[in-house]
Amino acid sequence: MTAAAPIREQWDDANAGAGTRVMTEGVDTSHKGILYLEEISVSFDGFKALNALSLLIDNGELRCVIGPNGAGKTTMMDVITGKTRPDTGTAFFGQTIDLTRLSEPEIADRGIGRKFQKPTVFEHHTVYENLELARKTDKHVWPTLRARLDAPAREHIAATLETIKLHAEAARPAGLLSHGQKQWLEIGMLLMQEPQLLLLDEPVAGMTDDETMRSAELFLSLAGKYTLIVVEHDMEFVRKIAQKVTVLHEGSVLAEGSMDEITANEQVIEVFLGR
Amino acid sequence: MSHAASRPMPAAAPSTIPHFARLLPASAWWFYVGAAVVLFVIFPVLHLVVPADSMWHLSDYTVTLIGKIMCYAIVALAMDLIWGYTGILSLGHGTFFALGGYAMGMYLMRSIGRDGVYHSDLTDFMVFLDWKAYPWYWSFTEHFWYAALLVVLVPGLLAFVFGFFAFRSRIKGVYFSIITQAMTFAFMLLFFRNDTGFGGNNGFTDFKRILGFPITAPETRMVLFVLTGAALLGFLLLGRWIVLSKLGKVLTAIRDAETRVMFSGYNPVYFKLFIWTLSAVICGISGALYVPQVGIINPSEMSPANSIEIAIWTAVGGRGTLIGPVLGAAVVNLGKSWFTKAFPEYWLFALGLLFILSTLFLPQGIAGLWAKLKKKA
Repeated sequence: MTAAAPIREQWDDANAGAGTRVMTEGVDTSHKGILYLEEISVSFDGFKALNALSLLIDNGELRCVIGPNGAGKTTMMDVITGKTRPDTGTAFFGQTIDLTRLSEPEIADRGIGRKFQKPTVFEHHTVYENLELARKTDKHVWPTLRARLDAPAREHIAATLETIKLHAEAARPAGLLSHGQKQWLEIGMLLMQEPQLLLLDEPVAGMTDDETMRSAELFLSLAGKYTLIVVEHDMEFVRKIAQKVTVLHEGSVLAEGSMDEITANEQVIEVFLGR
Repeated sequence: MSHAASRPMPAAAPSTIPHFARLLPASAWWFYVGAAVVLFVIFPVLHLVVPADSMWHLSDYTVTLIGKIMCYAIVALAMDLIWGYTGILSLGHGTFFALGGYAMGMYLMRSIGRDGVYHSDLTDFMVFLDWKAYPWYWSFTEHFWYAALLVVLVPGLLAFVFGFFAFRSRIKGVYFSIITQAMTFAFMLLFFRNDTGFGGNNGFTDFKRILGFPITAPETRMVLFVLTGAALLGFLLLGRWIVLSKLGKVLTAIRDAETRVMFSGYNPVYFKLFIWTLSAVICGISGALYVPQVGIINPSEMSPANSIEIAIWTAVGGRGTLIGPVLGAAVVNLGKSWFTKAFPEYWLFALGLLFILSTLFLPQGIAGLWAKLKKKA
């Protein structure tokens, strides 16, 4: 790898012809990749939460990220969504969007949606209003004051309610939903934002087995349409959905590959099972 | 229960009802129209037409008291927008109220003309301080339109600049409350100084006329009263329109889960700044209506305790209900005017007790109590 050109320009797959690329508006994914993290370091009071982390995500990929507690998974998401600024390193969304220079709302507006570990929805608003608020549109003050719910918006919301199976709950305040339903609502809110990249932090935590299974189906159906990064502890779940898995350890990538490769990797076994 | 049949489609409500009418439920419109009739017809008749010796006559004292309380109600309404709906507790709203009052007061002081104690073109306090001319910031204040502009611009600009830095630095919760409290304290000290040019601790008083009309004449008093009532009813509808709009939902969302708002692509800074500045402007207008009716404005309006009292009206009335804080301001202030006559030393204790009791037993305030009673009935 030469030092001259940034990695995101070299990152290209000979197998991927122009026709196979998922075209995404706004984000330049002409080199196939959608997210480029290079040599990212973040330290909090001397503790290195991320240590020269490099991660490349292809457009349309479903990537699972696993790792023990404190491996830097959440910090990585914080860097991608603008919540934390890296000390060193670069984070690019597509070819041109420098994430380290944008604020959280700007990044959300460019097409990165994030689901938190603890479901965060607007508890006093109805399910319907939650989706309405999340919907991609002009989110400045004046347009928001004048906004009316038009037919395309209503259709969009209805379709999303169908996807997340909360149609019957549409008029209920979100605070009254079950834990699993809140998780789904939050995912629905992300979908309303029409993102290119979805970051899901432990999306099935606290779900029943049935809900977990339905979530797996949902995520698999989303892959391809969207790029997904799923951080998860539930290995059973990861095995179900994983195409490619990245293992984080002490703030950098320990291993990367298919689930079978990962589970056979000796370093990974050592980290996860202890010496 | 058939869910499919009862699918809620909020915005698909029958479009035969005009958008404006949907601001309030039908029953609330009756109250609204009733209030307008009382304020704009019955009160003026009782005050101006009914002879003074009749038992139905409305005294100057009562008109001024109700006018004053309506000004407080407007402030409580403004407080509800920022605290009840957006979750930002300001303990400095007295500043905006007082600044609006001072801006109007400057005009009223200049309208005194040469009828002051010293028969000078300057205000009495300036003569007393041996000033030779008006300071530059008193320029044009002899024009009503300019003073009216200041009423809106000064509180608005202060709130905008203060809010911009505070919200951009993500100052929240109790920290924000504390710095607003510090702000009002600083302004009070500033206005207490004679050198500031606003009459020091005496402030402005002894007004003679407004727009050429004698300020204490019953007719003038009534016009100010009606204007205050119109402002109160108007701001109620404006507030209602805002909280029902999508922007209103964003404000409540900021109160409940600000990070989610941010990650949904809204920049909370500008939404907070909008409602904060609007709230301050409403307070300023209220202050401008208050001063000619009460006849005095001085720095004690900026005392920290005053701003805390505004928060108490809002809490007692019921946060996030608009009408609640209006009732809260009325109840607390009627109580105050009775209490301070009957047991003047104990008013602050009574106020504190009221605040504690309403927090413990009426977390939703008077409006919440009303809703509970209605549900039971």
